[in-house]
Amino acid sequence: MTITDPALSIHERIVDEEGRAVEALPDGVDDAYLRELYVHMARVRCVDQRMLKLQRAGRIGFVGSMLGQEAAMIGTAAALGAKDWLWSGLREGGAALMRGLPLAEYIAQMYCNSGDTAKGRQMCNHFQHKGSNYPSWSSVIGTQIPHGVGAAFATKHRGEDAVHGIYFGDGATSSNGFHSGMNFAGVWKVPAVFVCVDNGWAISVPSQAQTATGSYADKGVAYGIPGHEVDGNDVLACFQAMRALVERARRGEGPSLLIVRTYRMLGHSSSDDPTKYRSEEETAAWAARDPLARFSRFLEQRGVLAGGEAQRIEDELFREIDDEIHTQEAAPPMPLKPLVEDIYAEVPRHLRVQYNDFIRVGERLGDAQPGDGEFPL
Amino acid sequence: MANLTLVQAVNDGMKSAMRQDDEVLVFGEDVGLKGGVFLATEGIQEEFGPDRCFDTPLSEDGIVGTAIGMAMNGLKPVAEIQFQDFIFPAFDQIVSEAAKLRYRSGGQYTAPMVIRTPYGGGIRGGLYHSQSGEAYFCHTPGLKVVIPSTPYDAKGLLCASIADPDPVLFLEPKALYRSIKEEVPEDYYTVDLSTTRIVREGKDVTVFCYGAMVPMAEKAAAKAAESGIETQIVDLRTLLPLDEEAVLEYAKRTGRVVVLHEAPRFCGFGGEISAMIAENAIEYMEAPIVRVTGFDTPFPNTLEHHYIPDDRRVLDAIERVFNF
Repeated sequence: MTITDPALSIHERIVDEEGRAVEALPDGVDDAYLRELYVHMARVRCVDQRMLKLQRAGRIGFVGSMLGQEAAMIGTAAALGAKDWLWSGLREGGAALMRGLPLAEYIAQMYCNSGDTAKGRQMCNHFQHKGSNYPSWSSVIGTQIPHGVGAAFATKHRGEDAVHGIYFGDGATSSNGFHSGMNFAGVWKVPAVFVCVDNGWAISVPSQAQTATGSYADKGVAYGIPGHEVDGNDVLACFQAMRALVERARRGEGPSLLIVRTYRMLGHSSSDDPTKYRSEEETAAWAARDPLARFSRFLEQRGVLAGGEAQRIEDELFREIDDEIHTQEAAPPMPLKPLVEDIYAEVPRHLRVQYNDFIRVGERLGDAQPGDGEFPL
Repeated sequence: MANLTLVQAVNDGMKSAMRQDDEVLVFGEDVGLKGGVFLATEGIQEEFGPDRCFDTPLSEDGIVGTAIGMAMNGLKPVAEIQFQDFIFPAFDQIVSEAAKLRYRSGGQYTAPMVIRTPYGGGIRGGLYHSQSGEAYFCHTPGLKVVIPSTPYDAKGLLCASIADPDPVLFLEPKALYRSIKEEVPEDYYTVDLSTTRIVREGKDVTVFCYGAMVPMAEKAAAKAAESGIETQIVDLRTLLPLDEEAVLEYAKRTGRVVVLHEAPRFCGFGGEISAMIAENAIEYMEAPIVRVTGFDTPFPNTLEHHYIPDDRRVLDAIERVFNF
């Protein structure tokens, strides 16, 4: 039923559960690159662990854990070039780090502190990085999908060759944005790859309850868009499929849909208890298919990761992350003017008046810092 | 100069902006070859080609959602929503996305774009082709809401909206599309947003209004003048961000205020004007502030001429505040 593009020779799986290559490796992938991919995946896992620890310690408010999805995000995003765009959802933060989001900005965003480039306005897990074309998502599910399509239209309109990777979860396939975005993309033939990270659950609703179609890839049919599906816990399958679809888009052959099947190992967020709606057996079965463990088995068999090296990589990553956490713990207090700034390009008079009224009270109560003073009217 | 109707001035505004800036695009439902259901985009595809003026699939959510992405990636979209009544599928994209993008990204990403849409009654369109929904949008920080009432302003305000760095909802009073003609400069020009216009000078009563209600206020003021009441009419032109200083100044001049709009009264824009004056200039008021508005009902078809405030109801309000 799904429209696929056989010319792309996309493999459902390249490395099996035991870490054996069952297909040829993607062209041009050498040992150095394999090791790089491993480090990116390990970074995702280490950052995730530290953020969860900070959340439990009450230092940050919310974590949308990426545990279990490291291969899906790193494998697909590694196939996007520097000028390409990544339109993110909740769990693409690790991809942002790989694409150039500084760790300092990542952690500042989790603290929502004065070092956050979004000025502490959004809750945790809403990363952005302009330098690598990575806008943040809003929290409303699926709304970034038509944004990515419109931006891809602009790319095509100007005759540029960037490709837009538009990410969302299985739940988002039920949203307005998915339908309108896919439909417009098909009609306009924009250079975009829709990446549906099917992690099994939209908070407490299982993936199969979102749709009556057999595979999410089938949904492409209605929009005249090819759909492919790969093992999302196999970083090389994700990489190869995404690269084939990105190159196809770059050649001007239009958009496509890639489903990466993976599993959200923890709750939707640090505020969610998944034991209320799913079985331990299910989670245990997916734990045995851990993407990082699978890839490290493959790399060890290949001799790319020598004994003890994985541990050294992890130690180094934790050191780097912990240093940055210490820095962010000491971030200066949040200035108050961002309360009314960036609503418009200029702060309009009524907001200057509202702020000045507020700051008079703030100063009296001792809430205001030097520099928080009034706006000229 | 050209003698243009309001809808022709809107058309001329888009063309002028498109000649000025190659990044300006016009799109929406039926805006291409057909030139729009009100012909607001007539001839644009012919002059600028289908790459810059084109029809979209029938999805308001898709039109606004993709417009945001275009704006984030350097284009200047001017999207048409065929009737303001059809805008609600795109409400989320306007309110949660376009209006909040600058804020939520700390100024790193912005969505400078214009959403044009005809609003209001007067065409026997019933409840889904006649609404005045400005109040929903005026409750949205980050959005600008602009409503012209003359051909000159329609072109100048539209050009200013297209050049503006923030998202603008441009509401066009469809009842005035073809009812008035005016000399409009042929060259590109702008009328500053967030400025009001004095339509008529008068020392006795101030009427605040906008869009299709401006000519209604003028008719009422002419009748009031027959009995010696001098009415000052203020066209608000930009509801958000509003020129509050001007509103207070004009309210203080007469101390007697009528606020006029076609939209329902409860939580309507008139309530904001009344509260603003009550909060900041109550000591200047000689009479209660009176609102003349549509009913707090859906918009009717057969009885629309009774729903829309007419000059008699406006005159009655002027006389009431004058005689208080």
